[in-house]
Amino acid sequence: MKQTDPLLSIHELSLVRGQRAILDNITLEIEPGEIVTIVGPNGAGKTTLLREALGLLAATSGKVIKQSGVRVGYMPQRLHLDQTLPLTVERFLRLTKRYSGELCLPCLQEVGAEKLCNARIQELSGGELQRVLLARALMGNPELLVLDEPIQGVDIHGQAELYRLLTELRDRRGCAILMVSHDLHLVMASTDRVVCLNHHVCCTGSPESVANNPAFLHLFGAKVVESLAFYSHSTTHRHQH
Amino acid sequence: MDDFLLRALIGGIGVALVAGPFGCFIVWRRLAYFGDTLSHAALLGITLGLWLKLDPIVGVVGVGLCVALLLHASEQRGQLASDTVLGILSHTALALGLVSIAFMEQVRVDLLGYLFGDILAVGNRDLVWIYLGGPVALLVLVIKWRDLLAIAVNRDMAQIDGVNVGRTQLLFATLLALVVALMMKVVGLILVTSLLIIPAATARVVARSPEGMALLAVVCGAVAVGGGLWGSWRWDSPAGPSIVVAAALLFLLMSLLARFRRSASDSR
Repeated sequence: MKQTDPLLSIHELSLVRGQRAILDNITLEIEPGEIVTIVGPNGAGKTTLLREALGLLAATSGKVIKQSGVRVGYMPQRLHLDQTLPLTVERFLRLTKRYSGELCLPCLQEVGAEKLCNARIQELSGGELQRVLLARALMGNPELLVLDEPIQGVDIHGQAELYRLLTELRDRRGCAILMVSHDLHLVMASTDRVVCLNHHVCCTGSPESVANNPAFLHLFGAKVVESLAFYSHSTTHRHQH
Repeated sequence: MDDFLLRALIGGIGVALVAGPFGCFIVWRRLAYFGDTLSHAALLGITLGLWLKLDPIVGVVGVGLCVALLLHASEQRGQLASDTVLGILSHTALALGLVSIAFMEQVRVDLLGYLFGDILAVGNRDLVWIYLGGPVALLVLVIKWRDLLAIAVNRDMAQIDGVNVGRTQLLFATLLALVVALMMKVVGLILVTSLLIIPAATARVVARSPEGMALLAVVCGAVAVGGGLWGSWRWDSPAGPSIVVAAALLFLLMSLLARFRRSASDSR
């Protein structure tokens, strides 16, 4: 018996489109407070798996069990917002629920975007927009944050900073984070568990164990994984100071 | 002022009142082609309505709902791009409408009136439709405003926040079919989309909030109706197209003014 129930558990979930299995027999549990990152090549079904987890998509078989009453915050991969929609950041944060105005500023402060409160959404840079999307995901005080490629469109300095911010958020709020990432290097340093996905779960475990797994090597190629080893070495080096 | 001109003005302004907020959503969600499809399908709705001895407006809303359902179903299957599906639906419906009119020998249908509108022939019965149907469509839109706005921003986020996206979109499509039916008399089904889109695009130039944009779109629409009718009376031009031309001129004027103001504040 575990001490706590998982916030979310995906059980033997499959999604078949035509002849192809987009997702094949996925089993995955998210415990409170842990950071789980799904990595995998393009078209591996990462975003589809997130959409299944969120209940946005029906599965062919298997099920997703969400602990009852779990508050979920979601950050989409992209915001296809038309230029013609006049929307400030503050209004965007309070779009669906009747949150009080006072909640906006703390959430923006938490992601370091408090200066953007009255800016127009369409005028934000890639990095600013990601922060605002993250702030919006925080508005409902979530126990589980689901993030689809949170560092998309962010420059390389911003990426490391954003991952650090995610770890801070988890430490401060104790919320679990389930995210998808393209980028292997930075993810490895700031996640508790990696799920390597290519339609099925190739391997899963701590970043170190996954990086040495033959399935992972096969999927991403030796060159990439070598550079990964270099990165995780350099991070441990930093910790020794 | 002549009686028919007054009725035309009242009817046109009533239509602009409804078209403004709906037009905003069409612009925000890039549904212009969907609006076109609904108005093209309206012709089939009219003949079906006449054939079933119902009011044409009932036929238009019914066919519009079918189009929305078909589009929804094909989106779920996801095999064709939605603008391809719309292209098929739009022109098939228009062709079916034209064919079915030819088969209706016993009823004389004023085809040109439906295609290009006949605002100067707006009767009391039309006014009743506009001022009963319009406010109903507006009221539902106001009630669902927050949900619709959330969907316009991001469907997934809206759904996770508890908005029933499918049902809300279908409701919007139904209301839009009603609005198209009301507008058809004024500008004709070929130009319906323009009166939805142009005032909204004009309002966008100065609006600072979604609600502000909707209100401004109403004002722009009403000004276009007034200006178009005046031009039509002054130069004896066709009324419906004149209204659209007036709307386009207003858009041009506002855009130029905004650009001028921006460059003035930049050079300061």
